[in-house]
Amino acid sequence: MTALVAPPSLALPVSSTRRYVAAGSFILFGLIDILLFGLFAKPGDATFVFTAGGTAHVPELPLPASTVCYVLGAASILIGVARAVADPGKVWRRVSIGVVLVFFVISLLCWAYAGSAIPLNVVNLLQSTMNLSIPLVLGALAGCMCERSGVINIAIEGQLLLGAFSAAVVASAIGGLWLGLIAGSLAGGLLGLVLAWFAIAYLVDQIILGVVLNVLASGLTGYLNDRVLVPHPDLNTGNTFGAIKIPILGDIPIIGPIFFDSTIFLYIMYALIILVQVGLFRTRWGLRVRAVGEHPTAAATVGIRVLATRYRNVIMGGLIAGIGGAYLTVGSVGTFSKDMSSGLGYIALAAMIFGRWTPLGATAAALLFGFANSLQSTLSTINVPIPSYILLMAPYVATIIAVAGLVGRVRAPAADGQPYVRS
Amino acid sequence: MSEKQGAWPASPPAGGAPPPGEPPPGQAPSFGQALISAILDGNPVVVTILAIIAAVVLGGLLIAFSDPVVLHLWSTFFSNPGAAISAAWDAAAAAYSALIEGSILNPHTVAAAFHGGSVGAIFYPLSQTCSDATPLILTGLSVALAFRAGLFNIGAAGQWVGGAIVATYLGFGVSLPPVIHVIVCLIGGFIGGAVIGWLVGELKARTGAHEVIVTIMLNYIMYNLLSFLLGTPTALQQPGQSNLISPPIEGNAALPHVGGPPPQVDAGFLVALAAAAAVWWLLTRSTIGFRFRTVGANAGAARSAGMNVERTWADAMLVAGGLAGLAGAAVILGPLQQITFNSYGTYGFDGITVALLGRGTPLGVVLAALLFGALHAGGTNMEAATQVPSDVVQVLQGLIVLFVAAPPLIKVMFRLRRTGGADLTVSKGWNA
Repeated sequence: MTALVAPPSLALPVSSTRRYVAAGSFILFGLIDILLFGLFAKPGDATFVFTAGGTAHVPELPLPASTVCYVLGAASILIGVARAVADPGKVWRRVSIGVVLVFFVISLLCWAYAGSAIPLNVVNLLQSTMNLSIPLVLGALAGCMCERSGVINIAIEGQLLLGAFSAAVVASAIGGLWLGLIAGSLAGGLLGLVLAWFAIAYLVDQIILGVVLNVLASGLTGYLNDRVLVPHPDLNTGNTFGAIKIPILGDIPIIGPIFFDSTIFLYIMYALIILVQVGLFRTRWGLRVRAVGEHPTAAATVGIRVLATRYRNVIMGGLIAGIGGAYLTVGSVGTFSKDMSSGLGYIALAAMIFGRWTPLGATAAALLFGFANSLQSTLSTINVPIPSYILLMAPYVATIIAVAGLVGRVRAPAADGQPYVRS
Repeated sequence: MSEKQGAWPASPPAGGAPPPGEPPPGQAPSFGQALISAILDGNPVVVTILAIIAAVVLGGLLIAFSDPVVLHLWSTFFSNPGAAISAAWDAAAAAYSALIEGSILNPHTVAAAFHGGSVGAIFYPLSQTCSDATPLILTGLSVALAFRAGLFNIGAAGQWVGGAIVATYLGFGVSLPPVIHVIVCLIGGFIGGAVIGWLVGELKARTGAHEVIVTIMLNYIMYNLLSFLLGTPTALQQPGQSNLISPPIEGNAALPHVGGPPPQVDAGFLVALAAAAAVWWLLTRSTIGFRFRTVGANAGAARSAGMNVERTWADAMLVAGGLAGLAGAAVILGPLQQITFNSYGTYGFDGITVALLGRGTPLGVVLAALLFGALHAGGTNMEAATQVPSDVVQVLQGLIVLFVAAPPLIKVMFRLRRTGGADLTVSKGWNA
């Protein structure tokens, strides 16, 4: 089979022009900070509050809005110029992107809250960021597990939905939120098994399979919701896990309430991020999984069981995504409602690609999506002249820019999506 | 290892007895033998029909075993097994007959027509089916055309929105003479979708961005853009409204109804059929279509043959986007007459299932869209008549495509000798 080779005109300039594209976009962000947010900010201070209910009091921080925007904008432009002149190492490249984005967000918030009577509660904003990110992070981790072993998982959306449904029903019917969590996880794993079975045993095109499984999950849960849950509200009671405060860490001002005072799902998420990252990149098991995803024939030659590895990984991925689904019901709103995953699985997929198929990268991307969502709902409570729908678009536009190679070329595992047939 | 059997031709058993179903050498096969042979050989049509049968059976089980009465009888199965089984059968049969009455033919209207009732009412279910099939034909063509060029268009939903926005704008914003207005709106809808599709193809051509991820992202961008425009009084929002709804389109922009009393089928259905014919011509009779198919079959070979693969991707996505945009225009100018923030429904994703079931050919797409249109129309009637939620239609759709996409499974289920021609592989992973 002839490999698809990128045309020579495209292969080269990506890396050489990337520097100038990055520098240009940094300068553009700086100009927006100054010209849009700085000049058009209302007179007055933007007040930032760092105290959430029940924790130690942290003094408020009033910032002169326009001045902050000018300073941060100028700093962004300087970083852009520096970036155009010299190429720092890989680490500094990433740090510079992060810094410019943070400056941009701070300028945006200064502009939005300048002269506003309502202060911005930063802790609440970041708390809801973490909560909104949980299903995205878990979905993206599930994607990493599957795709690192060479099976494309578009069915994350369906796994979230089925997990949410099963968790709500089991938690209500049998009673016991933990059983609900386990049931949600198992439901996701079951869909993973179906995905693996059709993809591996019947060689069905994996992208098609994922889309079809999503349709099935949406239809099945929607049907059972109308047919069973609506007439029997006792099967959908809406109990949720309470917040667990980690003893000492949870009392740290600012950081405590954001990271260490949440439901069990947040802590499961931490554990899974570490487990999947270390597992895939620091253990023998992970090396084998990645070998199967990159070059299954070579892996088989040295005695790795390719198909068993793929089955195992896809099912484990499903179990993880199922936990994310369970969060949607027993971890957050309680009751199941039709199509409640509302595209989160597809965003998790994008986060995984954005994060270049690494658990840590995917987590960062998922947090970015979560933050954009949280920011949008926070800003919608005050009267900002920026339409919330435009803000909601931002992460999707960012993803397109990312996959278009402007931030950096993404490369999937080489055998991702290709069935392995023993020869 | 059931899937292996198809790969190797079965060696004839020693002793030379011909396998059952095949005529002995030297005799012309009779029609019956040929038919059985065709079924056992599992040609694509047979596989599709068997997939539908399998899905209907599974769907029937789902309907029966979620029915409270049936479940109660099954809990006492051993005391009265007959009642339990017949109740399950009745539940499924009632739902499916309501589905057929709502989509194809309702015997009551035929009986009523003989007693002086309306003759037109007989055709009401069929007209409803055609009406529901119209956008599915167009989005199905969109996905199918992209398939043939080796691209997976998950973005028909976003392109639908693009077309619908332009068509709505032209529908209420400009005043034109009768026939011209609706044609302008349809063309505008095509262009609106084509721009979104072209963007995807161009990004893939220039940067290698995978079309699946770009189209998914563009879907959400377009949903939000639609809500934004509908929430902006100077843009699409109906004056004096605080809801996200547009003004109704002008009378001249509405698609005219065809064929008298049951006023369900509008000219949109004819537009969709014409589009199917045009896509057939494009794919099989034109140079562009040859390029599409060659690139889709083997991009590397196409490049070696001197074709511009990147240009072809952009062109294919442009046409595919246009078709999805046309679907948006057909829905707005036909049944809806105005657009709301969630008008896009599931047309885009249904288009994927339609294209898969139709195996990427225009005729197949039309037939598949009619089947799914019938399921939609019948599902509404089923929900009204038997309280079985119409979401079961989505389950049926999913199962049908799942079975069609996995011919070896159908082979095992129905004990066919082999399954041929059902190759639905479109994607070669993210890196391709």
